[in-house]
Amino acid sequence: MEPLLERIKKGEILIADGAMGSLLMAKAKDLIKGKCPEVINLSRPDILEEVARLYLEAGADIIQTNTFGGSPLKLSDYSLEEKTEEINRTAVEAVKKVVEKKAYVSASCGPSGKMLKPYGNVDPDAMYENFLRQLRVVIEAGADIVCVETMIDIQEITLAIKAAKSISPSTPVMATMTFDKTPRGFFTMMGVNIEKAARELEAAGADIIGSNCGNGIEDMTTIAKEYKEFTSLPIIIQSNAGLPEIKDDEAVYPETPEFMAEKSKELAAVGVSIIGGCCGTTPDHIRAIGQAVRSL
Amino acid sequence: MSEEIFERAKEAIIKGDADTSAELARQGLDKGIAGIDLINKGFIPGINDVGDKFGEGQLFLPELILSANAMQGVIDIVNASMEIGEKQNQGRVILGTVEGDLHDIGKTIAVSLLKANGFEVKDLGRDVSVDRFIEEAEAFEADVIGTSSLLTTTMEVQKKLEETLKEKGLKGKYKTVIGGAPVTQRWADRIGADAYAADASDGVRKIKELVEK
Repeated sequence: MEPLLERIKKGEILIADGAMGSLLMAKAKDLIKGKCPEVINLSRPDILEEVARLYLEAGADIIQTNTFGGSPLKLSDYSLEEKTEEINRTAVEAVKKVVEKKAYVSASCGPSGKMLKPYGNVDPDAMYENFLRQLRVVIEAGADIVCVETMIDIQEITLAIKAAKSISPSTPVMATMTFDKTPRGFFTMMGVNIEKAARELEAAGADIIGSNCGNGIEDMTTIAKEYKEFTSLPIIIQSNAGLPEIKDDEAVYPETPEFMAEKSKELAAVGVSIIGGCCGTTPDHIRAIGQAVRSL
Repeated sequence: MSEEIFERAKEAIIKGDADTSAELARQGLDKGIAGIDLINKGFIPGINDVGDKFGEGQLFLPELILSANAMQGVIDIVNASMEIGEKQNQGRVILGTVEGDLHDIGKTIAVSLLKANGFEVKDLGRDVSVDRFIEEAEAFEADVIGTSSLLTTTMEVQKKLEETLKEKGLKGKYKTVIGGAPVTQRWADRIGADAYAADASDGVRKIKELVEK
């Protein structure tokens, strides 16, 4: 497979996959309920393969692993930190087996769920070790990319990027933060704006930077434009399908595949290099986005 | 004199200054100001102001956390003062954040406000299962079970509690009140909860109504 960054350099727009959690909930609700989505890595890697296959068939060039909450600090909320190695290794192996070099395996790495001092009680060294332990496993298991995502704290995401680069300087690191729209512009919950994110993610050694989750795809065009003002790195956008509403006890996301596909053209026009989905997006969304972007 | 302490208390919470907040709480109690007045007229307006500014994007989680921590310190001081001496018992309430949900701040403020209002409260903490809510309600001889859910994925536990109470024939014995960011009156109506609390002070109001019924 041609290296990811080479393809981006040539101007190609790549398609990443969509939501993992909602598909897993649909397929393994009883296993996950009251626990974390990563528990199924231990018992049902076949489900991970099935999800990866759905996104591969939908045309995704990048498939994420079910390791978003796979750092030991996060797993400790469920008394699973001792299973860190197994949870992360199995997830990478499952996706790798399915994609067979037809897509890149991207190891997802989400927030630790703990706060750094002084707001929480975690030391920066412990946070760094936390990510080091998870990312060593996914890189050794053969992940092509590390994707540090949904972060709100610049210090935490920076530590994760540095941990990935210390293990393997040549493995591309994608780093995304989640911004909320405020009357004063876009900020993460911890108060990081896009300029600060762009500068610090780049300085920490990320290869591709951007935003995921959020309030729907329309805001993402604005976010991408603003990123472009402050960085020359490639941009990744993985939007959710809008904010969920509760209907008949289920979370329903308002944005359709057609709507997101249309808006993806705007992202492409702004110069976004990787477009994928977050919460509420499905293989249908990814298929539609892929078709729209590739038709340009 | 009270007004001045209330104003300074509010400012201390807005600044997230835990030491000054605690000092003002002690000073206020020493001067004979009722704990509930200190909380309601001084510190709560402060934390509400912080909450509003957070909503407007004027300040962010770091500031909110410092203010909430300062608030918690104050509430501990006021609660400790109220647990000594004669209690006017309004009713017995158990509160907890539902299983799968690790958020704590909103529920903790509700616990404090209820205590400040003369309720006997047992705080079950977070990640509480339906079975445990019921066991604890039995053991504590609670009048009201309050559940908080901050996630759309854990709201179902509130529904399961209603179902389990019905199955066990306990539905009338304990009144239920539900709260949390994604929770609405509609959700309460749908699952058959006895009341919905929009925030901590609304929770106090609703629980007072429930125990008077």
